[in-house]
Amino acid sequence: MDPTALTILAKAFASAIVMGIGSIAPALGEGNAVCKALEGIARQPEASSDLRSTMILGCAITESTGIYSLVIAMLILFAL
Amino acid sequence: MDGESLSRGAKILFRITCFNGALTIDITQTTISLFAVTLIVSILAIVLGKGITKRPGRKQALVEKIVMMLYNLVETTMGKHNLKYAPLVGTIFAASLFGTLIGLTKIFRSTTADLMVVLGMSLVTSMLCWYEGIRNRGFFGWLKSYTEPVAFITPINLVSEVSQPLSMTFRHFGNIAGGGVLMSIVYAALGSASSLLFKWLPASIASVMPPILQVGIPAVLSLYFDLFSGLMQAFVFSLLTMVYIAQANPAPVPGENAKAKKPKKAKKQKAPASNGIQQTDAPAHQS
Repeated sequence: MDPTALTILAKAFASAIVMGIGSIAPALGEGNAVCKALEGIARQPEASSDLRSTMILGCAITESTGIYSLVIAMLILFAL
Repeated sequence: MDGESLSRGAKILFRITCFNGALTIDITQTTISLFAVTLIVSILAIVLGKGITKRPGRKQALVEKIVMMLYNLVETTMGKHNLKYAPLVGTIFAASLFGTLIGLTKIFRSTTADLMVVLGMSLVTSMLCWYEGIRNRGFFGWLKSYTEPVAFITPINLVSEVSQPLSMTFRHFGNIAGGGVLMSIVYAALGSASSLLFKWLPASIASVMPPILQVGIPAVLSLYFDLFSGLMQAFVFSLLTMVYIAQANPAPVPGENAKAKKPKKAKKQKAPASNGIQQTDAPAHQS
């Protein structure tokens, strides 16, 4: 196997591993946040609009850990 | 806008060389779309801010609503003494939102899909935090605040100071650029899928058939990745700006100095900010 093909293979594997592992934690975190928000809404439907906006904001911030791994994966794929 | 150009950075359109080659300025796609965003926001501001009367018309009611929402948000997040930052927060929000949405035109590239633009915006936040720290504690007091709990924790404080703009930058940039890459992958996949769809036709006809699967299906994803994500990240970015500046400039002790500036629209702020939870709490507890 020639070195360029090996490099492409390594890059593809590395970015796939980065994205695969890196998306576990934010998914769990967001799921947990949405779960708690749903519990809150079910208990207290009047506060649903407030809860929803806070939940979306929290989700967007939680998602940033996944976004970091996406940036790293893009760096590996295109910049390395 | 294909994925190639998104992930490899903006294309350099032309170069300006000055001082006999000592300084080269690259005019990229991002530069062009930044100027376009500036133009759009300026024209919007001029058109919407023109002809303000005492009895609001339809246009003015909308503008007042937006400005009031902004001031209320800043007041609830940062406190009344920080209301002078409301125009800055609005500017950052508008620049981020329009910079993201201008990518939808497919003529201009999203400005926020360029790392340097977002880094500039988050460095503005950082520098304002330093400015507020120096203003509140004095220069040496500000330097001393990095050694605050114990002296050996200084490196950790410095790292957190550096990572604050970096995390803001990567969050915004990664969301927009990642969404763009994902959308281009979806377009490419649907294009090759629709060319598979026409494989049974003779080659001369199949080559001129349009990529029919690209119609409509990506719109659902584009709604999330371009519109919702752009709006959300603009909001998160300006919210984080507010939170960081408010941390650096905490509320003055009451009685010490009461120079909380009144905003221009103070007249309209008199309506009490409805505290949704407080009001809705009571009946739920009784039941």
